Order: sequence, then C-alpha cells, then structure tokens
Amino acid sequence: MKIVVDFDACMSNAQCMIAAPEIFEVRDDGLLYVLQEEPPEDLRAKAEDAARLCPTQAIRIEG
Amino acid sequence: MRSVVVVGASLAGLSAAQALRSRGFDGKVTIVGDELHMPYQRPPLSKRFLTGEAERGRLDLPMRRPEDFDWQLGTCAQRLDLERHEVETSGRLRLPFDGLIVATGARAKELPGGAQLDGVFTLRTIDDAIAIRRRVVGGARNVVIVGAGFIGCEVAASLRELGCEVTLIDLDRFPMQRVLGEELGAVCLEVHRAHGARLIMGVGFAGFMGASSVQGVHLSDGRTIEAEMVILGVGVTPNVEWLEGSGMALNDGVVCDESCAAIGVNGVVAAGDVARWQHPRFGSMRVEHWDNAIAQGRAAADTLLVGREEAQAFGMIPCFWSDQYDCKLQLIGAARPSDTLRVVEGNVHSRRFVAVFLRQERVVAAFLFNSMHRIVEYKKIVDNGELPFESKSA
Repeated sequence: MKIVVDFDACMSNAQCMIAAPEIFEVRDDGLLYVLQEEPPEDLRAKAEDAARLCPTQAIRIEG
Repeated sequence: MRSVVVVGASLAGLSAAQALRSRGFDGKVTIVGDELHMPYQRPPLSKRFLTGEAERGRLDLPMRRPEDFDWQLGTCAQRLDLERHEVETSGRLRLPFDGLIVATGARAKELPGGAQLDGVFTLRTIDDAIAIRRRVVGGARNVVIVGAGFIGCEVAASLRELGCEVTLIDLDRFPMQRVLGEELGAVCLEVHRAHGARLIMGVGFAGFMGASSVQGVHLSDGRTIEAEMVILGVGVTPNVEWLEGSGMALNDGVVCDESCAAIGVNGVVAAGDVARWQHPRFGSMRVEHWDNAIAQGRAAADTLLVGREEAQAFGMIPCFWSDQYDCKLQLIGAARPSDTLRVVEGNVHSRRFVAVFLRQERVVAAFLFNSMHRIVEYKKIVDNGELPFESKSA
C-alpha cells in the first residue's frame, strides 16, 4: 500500500490526521506531512478512512 | 431485506449506499437524486471552486463501483407510501423497497421577492456555484451577501480574492455569532475587515431593489446598498415535504432515535443534513457537516441492516472547518451561547489560538484558529470533556 497526496489540492484541513495520525501529520507550519508513505497493512482501514474524509479528496491509496 | 432505496444522491446517501455494499448487502440498491449530477463535493463550492482554483472534474466524489447501484438522477422523490413500501417520484416512477434511507439533505432558504429577480443567488448546488462564478467572471463587482454565517463568510472571502467589492449584512452583531458566540465572532469580524470586506452588522434585510434585475437591497434602518448581485446565506430548510402524510415524525428534519432509525415507522433510517437524531451526549441535533454526512450515512446503513433492536447509537462528535482568506477555522463539539469561553493557547489577537467552550466545567467544544496541528489533541479533550491543564480565563 502506497499513500499518494496531491499537495496542490491539499488544504491542510487535518481530517486525515484525525483518521490516521500514524500516517498523516499537519504541523504548526500549517502543512501536511506524510509520516509513512508505505504504511503497514494493518493501517489500511485507517488510511482508507483518511482518504474518504479528506474534504478535497487529495489522498489516493495505491496497491 | 432484498432491496433498499436511498433517496438523496449526495455525500450521506452515497456513503450509506457504499456502506450497504461493504457490509455485504447484495440486494438491489437504488439511489434517487434530484440533481442530474453524480455525487460531488459541496465544501469547495463556496471556496476553491468559486475562486477557480479547483476544477469541476475534481469535485466528483470517488466511487469504486458506480455500477453497484441503480441510479435515478434528475428524479425528485414526491411521496412516500409506507403501506405499499414505495417511493413515488417525478416521472411517475414507483420504487418499491424493503428498506429506505432518507438522505434528502437541505436546501438554501430564499428571501421574499428574490426568486423573480435576475442577479439574486443562493449557494447550495454546483449549478448555483457555476452561476455565481459566471457572473463574477463576466464583470460583476459590487456584491451584497445577506447573512454572515459560514457560507456567507466563505463566499465573502472567495469573492474578495476575486477582486469584488463585498458587503456582508446580518441582523447579528458579529459574523458566525450563532455558532461561535460574540467573542470569537468579533475576531472573525476583524479578519474580514482587514481583508477589505464591508460588514454591516446588527441590521436586517428589508427587501430587494430592482424590477427585473436586482440593483441592491434595502436595510431595516432605512439605508440602501447598491449591488449588481446579491447572494443569500440565510440558512437552509431540510427537504422533508415529500414525507408529509407518510406517518413519519418530522420536526426540522426527520426525527430519529439514537441509531438514526426514523421514529414511528419501521425499516426507515435517515442520515446527513435531513436527519434530526438523538445524539447520546448532546441530545436532539441536526448536523450539516461533511464528516457527519459520511459517518452518519454509514451508521444509518448499519442500523437498517441489523434492525432497530440491535442497532448502535450514533454519537460522533460534530466537527467542521472553514477556510476564509488565509485563516483556517475548526470547531469540534457542540457549543451553545450560554457556554463559557476560555482561550487556552495563544491569544485572540495573534490570529493563532485555541479556545474551549465549558459547560459545568466540562469541555463541550474546542475552536481552533489557524491551529490545525492541534486537532488530534483537542478532539481527545472534547471526547473526554476534561481540560487536562490549567488555563487562564479569556
């Protein structure tokens, strides 16, 4: 599983961080950081939640 | 249960339909939507779509298998017959069902005289947003926005970015006051003024000016404000008229129990903007937010599948955000005007702070201003209701 973020679309609304804090972090510079680009399989449900909740649909999960 | 009809083809309806499939339901699922469009995202309509930064193609909600569902788009549900278990629609369709998911959302309220006038807009659908954008790109510069709630404020910010002269009017003294209260509303007022918007607060709308095209608005204090276009952000009405006479309990939405099952009938659930359900912590609520529509759609689908007796309460903490100019606002929880506001990080003049709303010493909501990085922490605090640190009064 690979996390792909469209950073042009991302508005740092941080919904992904609520859903999957192990993978996504919005820092105090207001920007989103992907902590694990290839997270382990047991985080798949959380990653999918994050993608679904993203209000700009900027997160894609490959594989 | 062999067949489910979902009435409403936006976020909550789609989320419910997809949840049915992911829980293994293999019967027929019909999705009825009054718009012609496949489900799309509404939050960008007042923000990046209006400013032109997000294109139409980006708004479609992603769907793994649209062929999983029978789509009835451009179709308006007109009546519910619970004896025959049928939804009657425009075009004289009769859709039989074993289970029904009501996700008909809400529509923008109008003001008297506005519908007949060219240049008066509401903003709810993608067609509304396209119409507003077309008018602005076509040269309209003077815009009056009636209603300084979240939609009005977001539209004001977006149109300022496009170079419009924007006047926001509201009967309240501060923008977004009904949700945020006066102190936080005052902060938002300053943000809008700093970005060149004109705010006329504490004054009511008294009527439109113009015969065929709008030329401005009359205010309750006798003033008139000229405008080439007027945008209304005066709230929404839940779409429940088609359910009248069906036996369902209606009261500013479809009245549901804790698990989103409609009161008074069997085999009907509701989700999204139209659902007034009994929140296990906050009581009777109707929530118009993005993440609520997603989660409540799933919860309603679960309730429909397992039945009322086995169903679980839907108790998600409401959470919403708003982008205005370079500011990010986030509210977690459910605040009331009578709650005590306390600033717990930063200060309100720094344009970066966190405030909590306290009710009987419990945290019922947190407001984050340009502090999205603190969201996980404050979501936990609102979940628990406890403030884990000493904080000074605002």
